[in-house]
Amino acid sequence: MRDSGRLGPLLVAPALLMVLALFVYPLGYSLVTAFEAKGGGFTFGNFAKAFEFYSVDIGFTLVIVGLSTLLIALASIAIGGYLTLGENPRAVALLRWLYRWPLFIPFVVAAQCMRSFLAKNGLMNNTFVALGILEVDQTTGFLDWRGIVITFVWKQTPFVALLVAGAMASLDRSTIEAARNLGATRLRILFEILVPQVMPTLVVGLILSFVTMMSVLSVPLMISGESPTMMTVDMAFRINNYGDYGTANALGFISYLMTAACAWFYLKRSIR
Amino acid sequence: MTWIGRGIVFGLLAFIVLGPLANLVLWAAAEQWYFPHKLPVSYGTKFWEQVFKPRGDALASLMTSIWIALSTVAACLALAIPAGYALARLKLPWRTAILLAFLMPQAFPSLAVYINIARIFYDFKLNGTMFGVILVHTVHGLVFAVWITAAAFAAVDRDLELAARNLGGSALRTFLTVSLPLAAPGIMASAIFVFLESLDEFTGTFFVGVPDVITLPLLMFTASIAGNYQIAAITALVLLVPSVAFMLVIERFLKADVLSKVGA
Repeated sequence: MRDSGRLGPLLVAPALLMVLALFVYPLGYSLVTAFEAKGGGFTFGNFAKAFEFYSVDIGFTLVIVGLSTLLIALASIAIGGYLTLGENPRAVALLRWLYRWPLFIPFVVAAQCMRSFLAKNGLMNNTFVALGILEVDQTTGFLDWRGIVITFVWKQTPFVALLVAGAMASLDRSTIEAARNLGATRLRILFEILVPQVMPTLVVGLILSFVTMMSVLSVPLMISGESPTMMTVDMAFRINNYGDYGTANALGFISYLMTAACAWFYLKRSIR
Repeated sequence: MTWIGRGIVFGLLAFIVLGPLANLVLWAAAEQWYFPHKLPVSYGTKFWEQVFKPRGDALASLMTSIWIALSTVAACLALAIPAGYALARLKLPWRTAILLAFLMPQAFPSLAVYINIARIFYDFKLNGTMFGVILVHTVHGLVFAVWITAAAFAAVDRDLELAARNLGGSALRTFLTVSLPLAAPGIMASAIFVFLESLDEFTGTFFVGVPDVITLPLLMFTASIAGNYQIAAITALVLLVPSVAFMLVIERFLKADVLSKVGA
């Protein structure tokens, strides 16, 4: 074909310019603003303010997202493992049908579901009371940082489990059969044969979830908008109530660093 | 595991997965529900009529949402079809870097970027306009559009394109009559992804769309914060329908041969 080598860059340019203008430029803008004093000039003041006011929320963001990531990892390993090693075909089919439900549900909708489900007199506690597990006066609501974790795990587990189950299904069955013939338990096969082999897929899924959870505003706002909450809520608050871009961008910078640390951990693993 | 143990585990799992959804459906059907009643006191369609009344807020928001989502799809495809074809077929320096550039909007915590887009848009008077919101949604959706479109073009049999060229078809004609129709299912899949992303998007619209552009997720959020749980639940159900429906058919458009080339 007559490919002069100019057509390719020309066809990609419009889309690439769009990303440069509407993502890379604002990103650079946020990095600069984070270190800029109100009247101009370089400062660390925004970070001092961010830590002074929001160090609790910065910590809680790490705890919430870190704990959610851990629980998502465990749940998706369990689901993927059962789908691969389960011996009862009907149970496997049931699980396959059941676990995917929250996959495509928007975060706002997930938050609204949980806002009613986890409330002190929501369906969860009502069911416990009806089953006689709890008395009415023993119930507590989960609409605080725990509710955020529950919502994140509920929403993101299907995504990671889908990737993990797919990776497990494409593994060579013969090593599994060999281990089984040698008398290995299914739990041992899961953690010593399956999980090490699907680790790259698992980690990619977890990192994507980590970044997604770091940027969700609706869930913390709707489940628990009061301190301690997540940095996204604080950023929105600084902007909407004070027009304080310096502190908001300092918080944004800290959230980039958390994500970068997470990505660095992944790259270090994959290079080794 | 005995069947009793299995039953308990699956029952618990079903409760965790479906319980929150069941609560949403109950709220959508409830007319009155207050403590200490475990189930709604009365059911009815009063709130449905309120939500769907002609020229009501919800219907207007639904229209806004659909209009923004369709425009976003059009913008994404207009940008992604040439880019995807170039990535799949043409000589391109720094190909991997370009592919990764489209992933960037999904690889950074986006909220901090959105607040700065809103600030930049302020100078261009784009805040509170549909066009501004469409721009934000387009950048966010481009990764799906470009990656899946590139994979769809890469999965087209190269021999068919060469045959068309040998028979005397021009490069453009070959593209329009061979490559594009063969890649159409994959392009359709990317359009569906972009549509859903735009329909469900909250954070970007929250900062760029205020105060005039109120999409369905924003309306739902406002109703929920104000304590109108019936309205919020009904709006949430409306948002659920396309997500579930599209995903039931997505496997028809996104075949394994395309899927295996995504990001490659």
